[in-house]
Formats: sequence, structure tokens, C-alpha cells
Amino acid sequence: MTFATLQRIKDVTDRNVLNLQEAKAAGKHVVGEYCIYSPMELAIAAGAIPVSLCGTKNDSIPAAEEILPRTLCPLIKSSFGFALQDSCPYLSAADVIVADTTCDGKKKMFELLAQKKPLFLLQLPQIQNTDAVTYWREQYAKLWQFYEQQFNTRITEDDLRNAIHLMNRFRSALKRVFDTSCSKPAPLTGMEIMECGFRLSFMSDKEHAIQLLNDLATELEAAPASQEKKRAPRILLTGVPTGLGSHKVIELLEKSGASVVCIDNCTAYKKTTLIIDEHKDPLTALAERYLDTPCAVMSQNPHRYTVLQELAQRFSVDGIVDLTWQGCQTYEVESYSVKNFVRETLHLPFLHIVTDYSPADTEQLNVRIEAFLEMLA
Amino acid sequence: MFVAGIDIGSVAAKAVILDAQTLSEAAFAVIPSGWNTREAGEQVLSAVCQQADITHSSLSHIVGTGYGRIALPWADKVVTEITCHARGAAHLFPQTGMVLDIGGQDSKAISIDSKGNVLDFIMNDKCAAGTGRFLQMLSGLLGMTLEELSSAAEQGTPVAISSMCAVFAETEIIGLLAQGTPPSHIAAGVFTAIARRMRTLFGRIPLRGECTFTGGLASSTAFARRLSQELSVAVNVPPQPQITGALGAALIAAKLTTTPH
Ligand code: SF4
Ligand code: SF4
Repeated sequence: MTFATLQRIKDVTDRNVLNLQEAKAAGKHVVGEYCIYSPMELAIAAGAIPVSLCGTKNDSIPAAEEILPRTLCPLIKSSFGFALQDSCPYLSAADVIVADTTCDGKKKMFELLAQKKPLFLLQLPQIQNTDAVTYWREQYAKLWQFYEQQFNTRITEDDLRNAIHLMNRFRSALKRVFDTSCSKPAPLTGMEIMECGFRLSFMSDKEHAIQLLNDLATELEAAPASQEKKRAPRILLTGVPTGLGSHKVIELLEKSGASVVCIDNCTAYKKTTLIIDEHKDPLTALAERYLDTPCAVMSQNPHRYTVLQELAQRFSVDGIVDLTWQGCQTYEVESYSVKNFVRETLHLPFLHIVTDYSPADTEQLNVRIEAFLEMLA
Repeated sequence: MFVAGIDIGSVAAKAVILDAQTLSEAAFAVIPSGWNTREAGEQVLSAVCQQADITHSSLSHIVGTGYGRIALPWADKVVTEITCHARGAAHLFPQTGMVLDIGGQDSKAISIDSKGNVLDFIMNDKCAAGTGRFLQMLSGLLGMTLEELSSAAEQGTPVAISSMCAVFAETEIIGLLAQGTPPSHIAAGVFTAIARRMRTLFGRIPLRGECTFTGGLASSTAFARRLSQELSVAVNVPPQPQITGALGAALIAAKLTTTPH
């Protein structure tokens, strides 16, 4: 990490677990979430600390494979393995879990997880229209009641409005940082973008996180252009979530000379798009905005393409890489349509990578990635 | 002025020396890769230099490719085998729009433009069923070389090999042998199975222009014919299909002599 604020972020977030445990000891509740469709705003309105439990590490997978099929997506296996081994401090700290009926594998895994902790399952509609929004709003209303019962508290509409305002500020600050990569060359590497977003998402103190993000954006906006990255091909990575431990494709791309300028997935850029309308009924605004999130579990998933087009242009990318985890049917099938869209409408080179969290296929991935970058040269 | 391309694959190490101006081939060499990639690189380089009757130091540029490409300390540049096969095939058959390559541990379909630039590619590397490794297994089981397998396959009527996995296919073949199925029918069956695997890759990329078949397996005319039948297109086969990647690497090396890098 080359920028001073990045180092500060690293130092501060190294204490994430400690801070969470202290807050818990002081009586705060912790809500564990697995998917971007679970609204952090409601948890914050309930006075709790939301943390993401999405599994990004390979270590916990062998334990999960004793129960789950080996062919399942690594994200699900990793998440479940942590629960089996009780080896994730965030999961241990969580008083309740909020999950969503997204893909089939996750849904069924949550049934098993529900035996370990109180779990609220949001029934996610898989279509984006007004009926679905009405239904989704009711789901959020039920979650609201669930928090009130579990935490023995009352959540007012003002609590929710305040939480929305806080998260809007957080997301805008995150967007400001990520958008610095629109400039040529990008000041941050893709690895830095990923790591910074990942670490900050585990910070309990959102005000502090907003401060750090804005400081970083200010530092990046003022930084002189790096000469070495000037000729690096600019890559947009789209597809499944990535985090520390499941970052190998970002790392391989950059080791081969690319600059990953935008990461269009739930652990990075998609977070910045959830800016909630503060003038509407808060629960409706929340339901509307969240349900609009493009994920391959939706059918159809039209926003995936509009977002890709917008990002490809704004970040002036030279090529698009679609990452899908092995065993993820929704993203894998959708990749075919994404490929056609990228080629025929965006007229950009496209590479689809299917892999898991293990380093076993590094050599083969290198060949694909390097050949793709040679194609762009 | 001479340049060289070195391709270190999982089965064989290949080298080609070209005259950088005329792009005519001065020499080529093929040796088994063995266990030590680095040593294989040294050996194939000295073999090809000996063939061309020049010294290593008189080569102006060397480009490395293949799985062992990073183990070549003296290479001026390393390029993937995908780009190299594309260049090599376009050089030999200028009308090529698609390159099919079956290597020792993977197979690929590469779509190229008229200059030999890669437009798109797909690889099968997770499964040995469509690769040279599958044939190695067969040649071990039947005790035949690739040439012997080839002529056996020409005479045989293909039996169905239903397993798509090389490990299961091996069991299946042992079963077929136990039932007294003639080896020639089995060889023909395996050739067909590999060609069918290739068809799935081939079908994923639209074909423009001619189809050129490279890699060690292409030297079997029996297999090339079967592949062409399976795909329902004519395929060009280079005179030395195995060295197409090394040739492409040498062509890139020749370019390095004119463009500063
Ligand atoms: S990719 Fe889909 S299922 Fe996964 S976290 Fe994002 S929205 Fe949820
Ligand atoms: S990557 Fe795919 S299979 Fe895995 S959890 Fe997400 S949607 Fe489900």
C-alpha cells in the first residue's frame, strides 16, 4: 500500500475484530449478513452492527465438504465451513443471521445454518417489478419486527431515516474512492480497491469509515499520475463476489500487467450504487432500491447490462473479464449473454473465467489471462 | 540475422530458428520435456543451434512459450502458446480463421484475424479426455506408439467410448479389452471420442476462414481425417504440426529485431 491513508485504513481495520468484540461486550447487538440484498440500514436502525459473513477463504472449505457436495460453489462452502468450525470471529459475534433466498445452493445451506443460530430468511423475489417491490417491502417489514423482538427494542421511522442517511454517506464516500480509477492511469490497483472495500466493510464505526474514505479520496484525487501504469490495459472485472482470500484472479490479472480499474460485484462497486431516496417512505425506498440490484439470481437481469455499459464507458476499459465461481449456475449461464452483449454492443474483448478459491489452477489461469492481455496489446 | 522460438510443452520441447529477414526456417528440433523444464529448454536450444550450425550467442532474439516459458532465463520475451499457435498457423496458412490445437495437457480453439492476431479463444484444460494425455494412456494400455495407434485406428470401426473422463475411460477400455474387442476398434473409438470433444470447443466460436490443426496429434493423418469428418470442415495440417507454437514464437522474435521494445 503506497498511499498514506491506505496504510491508515489498514492499521485501523486491523482492529476490526477487537472493536466489534468490545462493542458487543458493551451491549451492542451484531447482525451477520450474507448477501447484498440484506439491508444494513435496518440493522443499524435497530441499533445493531451489521457484518458481512460471505465466505472468501479456502481454509474453511474442506470442513464444509464433509457435509456439502464438493461441486457446490466455493463461496457457499467457505461460508458454511466457517460456521461448522466456528472459526470466523464475525460469525461468532453475530447474535442473529439474516439470509436471503438467492441461489438454490445458498438457500439449502441456510437451512443447515439455521440450526446453529437464530436466522431470518428474507424471501427474495427473482423478478424486478412493482409487485415484487410490494412483496419485498413486506419482507423488510417482517425483518423490522424480527429485530424488534430479538433485540427487545423499538425501531422508529426516524431511526431508519438516520440509518439510511448514514449509509448513503458511506456509499457515496466509497464511490468517490472507487471513481478515482476513472482517471488514466488509475491511482489504485485492483487489489487495493478490493482490499480497501473489503476491510472497511467490517468496520463497526461507520462515521470513522466515512472519514477514512473521504481522506483517501482526497489524497488520491491530488496524487500525481503514476508513469509505470500508463500503458497497462484497463480491465473491468464483473461477476461473483471477491474478497481477501478469493482475490486470486485480480492478483493474476495485475501480475500479468493489467490494471483492474473497476470491480463490478457485490463486494466492491455494487455497494456504491445502493443510494436510497431520502424523500420517500423509507421502507419503500429501501425495498425499491435494493431489489433493483443486478444479480444473476434475477430473471431477467436487465440492469446487469445497463450497469456494465455505463461502467465500461466511465472507466474507459479495454476489456471485460467475467469471473464465475465453479458450481455457480446462475452466473455461469448468464456469462453467455454477458459475452454476447460485451462483444456485440460494447465491442470490447471478453474473457470468462470459471474457477474456485484454491490455487490449483494458477498455471492454466495464467495462460488464459496472459493470452487475453496479449490480445488487447 | 537469426532468431529462435522455444516452446516447452508438457510432453515435448520444441525449437525453431528462422532467418529474421526472409522468415525462412533454418532448423527445428523436438525433444521430450522430461522432468526438468529448464534443462529441456537448454537442450532443445542447443539441439536446434547445432542443426542450424550456429551458436547460441549469434541468435539476435529468443522468444519462449508453452507451460515452461517462465523457466527460460535467456528468453527476450515470453508469450503464451495461444498467441504463438495463432501466429504460426497464420504464417503457414494465411487464410486461417480458426486454429485448433491439441496439446499434451489441454486443447484449444483460437479464432484469429487475417494478420494472425487472436480474436477469441477457448481452452479445455480441466479434463484430460480431449487431450494428448488421453492418447498417452491409450498407448500405454495397448502398448502401441502414436503411429501404430494411427494405423490401427484407420482399420478399426470405432466402438463407443461413453466415459468423458479419462480415468473412467481407462476402466472402460480395460473392460473392452477383456471382452476381446480388437485394439483397432478401441483406437478408432478413442480417436472419435477426442474429435467429438474438440467439436464442443469448436462449436463455441464462430468459424470464419479456414481451419488449421496444430499440435502433436495433428501429425497423425488418421486423426486429422477423423477430426475433419467430425467437424464437417476441411482442416489444414502443417508439415510439422508439433512445432507450430515454436514457429509462432520465432516469428514474434523476428518482429522484435525491427521494433524496439
Ligand atoms: S452475487 Fe447475488 S447472491 Fe451473491 S451477494 Fe451478490 S446479490 Fe447476493
Ligand atoms: S456465486 Fe453463485 S452459487 Fe455462489 S453463492 Fe453466489 S449466486 Fe450462489
